[in-house]
Amino acid sequence: MTLTNKHIKQRLTDKFPEQVSCFDEPYGMLTFEAPKELNLKVLNFLYDDEELKFRFMTDLCGVHYPDSKGKELAVVYHLHNLEDNIRIRFKVFTDINQPDIYTATGLFSAANWMERETYDFYGVNFVGHPKLKRILNVDEMDYFPMRKEFPLEDQTRIDKDDEMFGRG
Amino acid sequence: MSRPVSYNLIKKPLETDISLADMPEGSMGEGFFATKLNTVIGLARKNSIWPLPFATSCCGIEFMATMGSHYDLARFGSERVGFSPRQCDLLMVMGTIAKKMGPVVKQVYLQMAEPRWVIAVGACASSGGIFDTYSVLQGIDQVVPVDVYVPGCPPRPEAIIDGVMRVQDLVGKESLRRRNGDRYKLLLESYGIQ
Repeated sequence: MTLTNKHIKQRLTDKFPEQVSCFDEPYGMLTFEAPKELNLKVLNFLYDDEELKFRFMTDLCGVHYPDSKGKELAVVYHLHNLEDNIRIRFKVFTDINQPDIYTATGLFSAANWMERETYDFYGVNFVGHPKLKRILNVDEMDYFPMRKEFPLEDQTRIDKDDEMFGRG
Repeated sequence: MSRPVSYNLIKKPLETDISLADMPEGSMGEGFFATKLNTVIGLARKNSIWPLPFATSCCGIEFMATMGSHYDLARFGSERVGFSPRQCDLLMVMGTIAKKMGPVVKQVYLQMAEPRWVIAVGACASSGGIFDTYSVLQGIDQVVPVDVYVPGCPPRPEAIIDGVMRVQDLVGKESLRRRNGDRYKLLLESYGIQ
């Protein structure tokens, strides 16, 4: 029997009846949310379950939604079942004023650098991460550049005429 | 369609067998030639510049073409590309310098012995270019003093050669006392060097 999105959804709702929510299938990829306190429980369940076997993390990233109060920062896990070749997307949301999320490094070694990158750009504090410091940007950087309140352009530059760049 | 093979159909006779630098101004008589030390040293220096390529992206590829036999930077006395900053005279920064790379450029500049010159090749090295973003240094003149800027994205080898010739002009005309002067010290101090 091959694994279907419907079956995965059924297994998740059986195990976490009240907690997992917002099931969706954009372009056929099962996507769902859970409270941030449960992220490790859900990931562990997906990993250990003999049917689901989501034992490969393809990606981990952050998203900033400045307009949704209390749920500004999202952390998105992309998981892959290599045996049945099925991918799912799992999101947790957190308040930007207290962006603490449990680290997934214990479960996936690949999460180490990707969590550092997410911290680097969004300031998500991964609780329990072995070495949470900037990975791509300069160490002296004092802000999280991918948050929407920071403009893309370098702010130290004075020789560019904004009129000529369509942002006058 | 195959292209016809082109030969050197137009014969261009050599003007002289060996190209020599023009003689500096001075007085000459039988068995002697007198001129200023400045001009002799300038002449020697400008025709033996050792470049240090600091190539980080596409401008570096253009530099490779410049060093190749077709454009041949060797004609200007610069065929000896040194990969040790201690031996080189001209730092050629070619390509985008990210902010994380800035201290490396400065370190390389500090390791070069005086007299040293810097040329910023391409829009990125000169001004950040299209990368108007938080992670890219907006021109290497924020970390090291630059003598010549070569515009272009990337500049053609002819433009790089033109930049090198302008550096040659600067080198040939530079006063021997410039590097000991107060103005030069102030310039270096503004970059936090000694």
